[in-house]
Amino acid sequence: MEIYDLTAHELADLLQRGEMTSEEVTGAIFQRIHDVEPDIQAYVTITEEQAYEAARQVDGERRQGKDLPYLAGVPAGLKDVLCTRGIRTTCSSRMLEHFIPPYSATVVEKLAAAGAVFTGKLNMDEFAMGSSTENSAFFPTHNPWDLSRVPGGSSGGPAAAVAAGEAPYALGTDTGGSIRQPASLCGIVGLKPTYGLVSRYGMVAFASSLDQIGPMTKDVRDCALVLNLIAGYDPLDSTSAPGAGLGAVPDYTAFLTGEIRGLRIGVPREFFGDGLDSAVAEAVKASLGKLAGLGAVVDECSFPHAEYSVPCYYLIAPAEASSNLARYDGVHYGYRAVAENGGAYDLMEMYTNTRSQGFGAEVKRRIMLGTYALSSGYYDAYYLQALKLRTLIRDDFNRLFDQFDAIVSPTSPTPPFRLGEKSDDPLSMYLSDVYTIPVNLAGIPAISIPCGYTDGLPVGLQLMGPVFSEGTLLRIAHAFEQDTPYHQDRAPLKRGHAAVSPAGREGGDSHGRL
Amino acid sequence: MAGYNDRYEVVIGLEVHVELHTRTKAFCSCPNEFGSEPNTNVCPVCMGLPGVLPVINRTVLEYALRAGLALNCEIASFSKFDRKNYYYPDLPKNYQISQYDLPLCRNGYLDVAVDGGERPGARRIGITRVHMEEDAGKLMHGEAGTDYSLVDVNRCGVPLLEIVSEPDLRTPEEARAYLEKLKAILEYIDISDCKMEEGSLRCDANISVRPVGSTVLNPKSEVKNMNSFRAVQHALAGEAERLSAILAEGGQFLLETRGWDEASGLTVQMRIKEEASDYRYFPDPDLVPLVIGPELIDRVRSELPELPAAKQQRFMANYGLPAYDAGVLTGSRALADFYEACVAAYHDQKVVSNWVMGEFLKLLKAHNLEVAASRLTPSHLVAMLKLIDQGTISGKIAKTIFEEMFLSGGRPEEIVKARGLVQISDEGELGAVVRQVLEDHPGVAEDYRNGKEKALTFLVGQVMKATRGQANPQLVNRLIKERV
Amino acid sequence: MKLSMEEVEHVALLARLALSEEEKERFGAQLSSILEYADRINQLDTTRVDPTYHVLPLQNVSRLDERGATLAPDDVFQNAPDRDGSYFRVPRIL
Repeated sequence: MEIYDLTAHELADLLQRGEMTSEEVTGAIFQRIHDVEPDIQAYVTITEEQAYEAARQVDGERRQGKDLPYLAGVPAGLKDVLCTRGIRTTCSSRMLEHFIPPYSATVVEKLAAAGAVFTGKLNMDEFAMGSSTENSAFFPTHNPWDLSRVPGGSSGGPAAAVAAGEAPYALGTDTGGSIRQPASLCGIVGLKPTYGLVSRYGMVAFASSLDQIGPMTKDVRDCALVLNLIAGYDPLDSTSAPGAGLGAVPDYTAFLTGEIRGLRIGVPREFFGDGLDSAVAEAVKASLGKLAGLGAVVDECSFPHAEYSVPCYYLIAPAEASSNLARYDGVHYGYRAVAENGGAYDLMEMYTNTRSQGFGAEVKRRIMLGTYALSSGYYDAYYLQALKLRTLIRDDFNRLFDQFDAIVSPTSPTPPFRLGEKSDDPLSMYLSDVYTIPVNLAGIPAISIPCGYTDGLPVGLQLMGPVFSEGTLLRIAHAFEQDTPYHQDRAPLKRGHAAVSPAGREGGDSHGRL
Repeated sequence: MAGYNDRYEVVIGLEVHVELHTRTKAFCSCPNEFGSEPNTNVCPVCMGLPGVLPVINRTVLEYALRAGLALNCEIASFSKFDRKNYYYPDLPKNYQISQYDLPLCRNGYLDVAVDGGERPGARRIGITRVHMEEDAGKLMHGEAGTDYSLVDVNRCGVPLLEIVSEPDLRTPEEARAYLEKLKAILEYIDISDCKMEEGSLRCDANISVRPVGSTVLNPKSEVKNMNSFRAVQHALAGEAERLSAILAEGGQFLLETRGWDEASGLTVQMRIKEEASDYRYFPDPDLVPLVIGPELIDRVRSELPELPAAKQQRFMANYGLPAYDAGVLTGSRALADFYEACVAAYHDQKVVSNWVMGEFLKLLKAHNLEVAASRLTPSHLVAMLKLIDQGTISGKIAKTIFEEMFLSGGRPEEIVKARGLVQISDEGELGAVVRQVLEDHPGVAEDYRNGKEKALTFLVGQVMKATRGQANPQLVNRLIKERV
Repeated sequence: MKLSMEEVEHVALLARLALSEEEKERFGAQLSSILEYADRINQLDTTRVDPTYHVLPLQNVSRLDERGATLAPDDVFQNAPDRDGSYFRVPRIL
């Protein structure tokens, strides 16, 4: 394996044993970035100089015998929605193309304090609105498993970068599946933590009641290690859970025992219905067999309000977004439209032209939708009703978690689709988050892990648990992972149609139902 | 007063915004200071930068509870913050964090009497709600002809209370009295500077008129830009006249916003409200609910200072003051404290009341000063009263000394000495002056001898004039009577 | 749920978006179909259901009234599209 193929914990071990310096590891990663970035286009901003500086700093401290955090000196990428002091943070939007934050997000401060070496800022759907990264105002990112396909979204840049060896791990954000769906489509691990476990301070808000930051990694151990670094109470975030809701943030690697005998895992039949690709269904069903083989008790169950998740989400998220994105008005920062021919805009013209030119179509569409849902006369029927549905969806989960330790489903109903395939049809794009959205509505944690392939394209398995059950989810994911080869596979960076997956095709019937 | 009083009834409701004098802003740790250099009391949160989150300052909640309790409100056991969405360059997020359907305090009242006292005649004015919100920044407009405005973010996020009255006020005078009473209470509970000129207390008024006896509410005018209590009273009086004239002429009311123009003494139309603005209020997902338990309410209530009404009662009971005196003296906390410091060191409470209500308030008003800004101290006033009692100075001289103390802050003994104002009580010295006056006015002396009492007053006046007011008046009286 | 052109224009104004005629048509049609789809949430009787505003039962999260750092002027204006001395500058407000 090449250096860029290694996991963060493998790199950390090399650094600890003195077999490599952080500067060398960083060099290997940037060499990889230079080699494959023309094909992948995962990075909006590459911070090579600062990265080497940070790497040398860590190397110096290590030479002095300083006791360093485990992941110190390991490079990491950041989704470009996380504010970085002095480094532009664009949200892949024209609106913030030149925006340089004067402060850093809490998670960025935490990783920096742990010695992370930041490689740069990763591409995304504009303001995290999308499921393919095609809504980036700058360029689309390509899936390392098949360059003609999307990496998913909105954290498509982080997912593709990790899958292509352009970053050992990355931080993404997830409002309706934006970590898990691209993780699934790129064959990596992605965790959406419990709402409130990780501080949102410094994450540019999309939908405040749904947004969470989480790790995107090559394996489950990395996921636990990164979660250790970013979880915990932040006095700057009122919605941050004191003591992670558990008294204190645990060491999540302690859950990686490989032992899941007796754990009860529920399989909601509603998550295996219409719209699910048959090959994806096969891969997921085969995974259920593996979990049972590991001693888990796998049972079918029901999630009655599943069909209301997507409509509920597509009212709540745009409503919050319409308010969160009102600040982009050309007054204090960001893009400002200027009248042509030397004329001058009045205030209203400045506002409307700034926002119309600064935002892309999907962002405008959602702002319109959210504004409408909150507007006089429609609030009760749309926004308030959606919040009530949210209660019913939470109740469904709570009932299931009385019976089960975790719930399992496909992460995405389809394998990665082709660039351009869904970009004209917002509604069909929205449906690619059908299995991930309920999790955000309920505020619970969920992890996506690779569970097989279809036509050489990765398939992800989603595990969901009650609030603050990250430990259990990581435990199950880890046991599954150690029993399967997928986490050791690396994307081939193939152009066009990938013929055979590295792990070979999974068996199963062709019917997309459980 | 104006003719509208006879046939028409005026209906006024006031919406007061008051800035809380916390150390830091409502949702971030920036200094809450007036008059700083533009755009210096600013951080990512109050600038509304991408990614920031608000955290409520607990002192804001504490102050809001104080206000709610002092204004006899019900305190909500469950309250929350909402976003009020509208675009304006002084609002960096383009939404204001406010409270919509679950304000912290509701259904309070304030007893208001036009002449300050609290007795029959005081009317109970309902307070609809008191809620917390954040202030916006300040806009400066370039000179006429320029095509830009300037934005200062310093005030963004400064904590405000919005205090909304019921439309219970019936005259402009009553509206002013309500404001004065409200200001006094807010000062008593020490939550705001309440300086209208600095904008820490702002008032908008809703006013409509209707025929006496009617219960309809006609379309109201919203009057803004009033920067003093006097302006509020005058603007409302003017607007009441204007609306009454429209009613008398059978004209049409417009739902409109009017600005008070101090120079012309008139309100002028700012805009006509075509439809209610659509603020798209919704609960702020970045802030969690406020759950107010009885322990917190009891604690805040127990820490409230004595409020004006209670203090007035105590002044009447303890100091034997008439209701009017007690009402005036408790009209501000500073004045009441001044009075109490005096009577702690002086036996005659009514005499102190007369001086404080009379000379002191007169001078404060003439020099447009607050009690705290005057240089007069309670101990100086008491020392002066003792000089009168000892016969060192006359009451008339005392007024001169009082003014000097007020202006210079000097001690009364020193002023008396420096200006040679000691009362002349020496019989020999005064006897000579009396003799001279009687010689100069033999006719008048003759009149007095013949029983004309007025002649005595004239003669005493002449002695006082000759001694520049320093003669002991009792002694002068006696000496004249003896010699005539 | 079919949005009228007037509704589209009203919402665009509230959201401070200048839309071309083509965008109004397109967004109008797309929003209509999304809302039609979303309207299924109104099939359920939710009269006895409380809305979920927050997923965690947090309450009374507050901070002490203590001062923290403010931004240096360079940071305040680093991203300003237009300024005049120590002020942000915007088109004149009437």
